[in-house]
Amino acid sequence: MASNGHGDEPPIQPNPPPSELEREPLVLKQRSLAWLSDQIAGIVEGKTPKWWWPAFIVATLVMLMMFYMIGYLFSTGVGVWGLNQPVGWAWDITNFVFWIGIGHAGTLISAILFLLRQKWRTSINRAAEAMTLFAVACAGIFPLIHVGRIWYALWWLPPIPNSYSIWPQFRSPLLWDVFAVSTYGTVSLLFWYTGLIPDLATLRDRAKTKIRRFAYGLFALGWTGSNRHWSNYEKAYLLLAGLSTPLVLSVHSIVSFDFAVSQVPGWHTTIFPPYFVAGAIFSGFGMVLTLMIPLRSLCKLEDVITERHVELMCKVILGTGSIVGYAYGMEFFIAWYGGNPYELFAFKNRAFGPYWWAYWTMISCNVISPHLFWKRSFRRNMIFVWIVSIFVNIGMWFERFVIIVTSLHRDYMPSNWGYFKPTYVDVCTFVGSFGLFCFLFLLFMRFLPVIAISEVKGVTPQADPHHPLGGAKGGHH
Amino acid sequence: MNSTAQPYAIMAEFDTPADAMHAAEQIRDAGFRRWDVHTPYPVHGMDAAMGLKNSKVGYFTFLGGLIGYTSGMLMIWFMNMYDYAIVVGGKPLFNPLFSFPVSYECTILLASFASLGGMLFLNGLPKHYHPLLKNPRFKAGASHDKFLIAIECADPRYSPTETRKLLEAAGSKHIEMVED
Repeated sequence: MASNGHGDEPPIQPNPPPSELEREPLVLKQRSLAWLSDQIAGIVEGKTPKWWWPAFIVATLVMLMMFYMIGYLFSTGVGVWGLNQPVGWAWDITNFVFWIGIGHAGTLISAILFLLRQKWRTSINRAAEAMTLFAVACAGIFPLIHVGRIWYALWWLPPIPNSYSIWPQFRSPLLWDVFAVSTYGTVSLLFWYTGLIPDLATLRDRAKTKIRRFAYGLFALGWTGSNRHWSNYEKAYLLLAGLSTPLVLSVHSIVSFDFAVSQVPGWHTTIFPPYFVAGAIFSGFGMVLTLMIPLRSLCKLEDVITERHVELMCKVILGTGSIVGYAYGMEFFIAWYGGNPYELFAFKNRAFGPYWWAYWTMISCNVISPHLFWKRSFRRNMIFVWIVSIFVNIGMWFERFVIIVTSLHRDYMPSNWGYFKPTYVDVCTFVGSFGLFCFLFLLFMRFLPVIAISEVKGVTPQADPHHPLGGAKGGHH
Repeated sequence: MNSTAQPYAIMAEFDTPADAMHAAEQIRDAGFRRWDVHTPYPVHGMDAAMGLKNSKVGYFTFLGGLIGYTSGMLMIWFMNMYDYAIVVGGKPLFNPLFSFPVSYECTILLASFASLGGMLFLNGLPKHYHPLLKNPRFKAGASHDKFLIAIECADPRYSPTETRKLLEAAGSKHIEMVED
């Protein structure tokens, strides 16, 4: 330990692994720890980019359109929507399941990939978790507004007795859903905030203005990077990941119970929980790619969110997309093999009935498009991946529409059959929810670090005390 | 710095995690108690180098989860069976099976709050003042790309000359006193 070796060139690793086993680095160009904080914090500290304001104004206007539509809905009644008997759930619940599904990628990346020691998650987990929170916020709107007289929702959702002292009844999966989604939103927020604490401390220590120092300092809670603190912090982070993993699987399972526990043909199937979870991860990664590919080039983060990261996400899409495709096939097989004529009719009606166009849009987006990612050059073509991610988003919205609307519109009694058509209020409310989503995401990327700075630092070779770049002397360990 | 300021700690800066870790091993072996390593990210192996025991956050998590699960089950039993029983669809008034999803979510919710709260409690956070956070060298490095070791003057083994020598020998290129 006599010499400290500062200023010497980094020693060469004695036995490099064979080239075919060498993995692409997670941070390209051997960027230093200082570069990482300068570059990522620089997005927040630098001047507002030129494209940000137009994007923000458009997002705000679209969001305001949604609030206007919701105001119109409240003041007039649910008759302004297209749903009616027999289709009592339509766009509202489709949008809810769509958004909540998107939210699943964030927790999958932050929790499950953490437990699986997938170090590449560090470059994308912060933004994906933010996306989760904003998607859950969008999702939460729809079940809330679809109840009609929303001022009574306080007595339907949380366990508060109504004026006859009657409590909500817990045998209903709809109430399970209230607990699942609200727990999911809360725990995602806690997990996200826990990850933010060290980065907020970085922003606090770099802050040039008083307001920034105060605001970041307030939320950094006095973090000093102490190793005694890191020790507890890492344990808490691991436990939160361990808690979030079953949570993320349970949330979409419980969402699927909203359907599967009912008696409606097309809904009453045991495949729903795993099929919904796989679909949620599929759609969530689609949305992560839709956001990350522009983000990495607009914020000059190509060295941190590398092509390898995009490629790995494409592989997740391929894997979960295959499960979704398998589930579509298996549903049909069981509808025939189960011998229930109503079930078989529901599925024939799905593919060849009046909503055939929705069904085949879903199939072409969700079954065909992920399989393009078998080819490596497709996974590495950013524009191509972005376009496919849009198809995944479209396909997964249609999946929920198909499940909900086609199962309801023709039930047991033909005299009760109908055809659902959305009104402009339906459409504008849904489009407006994208405005809210973009509004929140644009604010996030302007005021908080879009990449977990301390976590990315931790996966670089110069952060490893046993690596030559981290200062380890050859043969010392 | 005003004249009434007391010395709080001796602070040594290191450029690489390996240097900081070897220094930490020496400080641990010298028997210091009131000292810490400040790093921009959790350095693997530093807990052992500092001689830290396994974190106790897990106890908080377990307790939170236990309270969450029990209160979830009790809430459903109280509301649907004890306080106002209504038969719905001929189903039992209370059964742990249909009560499980909600109780399970309550388990996760309270365990998560307990994990974060337990971590903050064990770390003594939030803290609105820390002498090190006044030091410009500390602020420029500890959350950026430097590895800093601070040994408090209140440590019984602290000596103004010997401790500085120890840190110098460990390879620190910059050592300074931090005032309270």
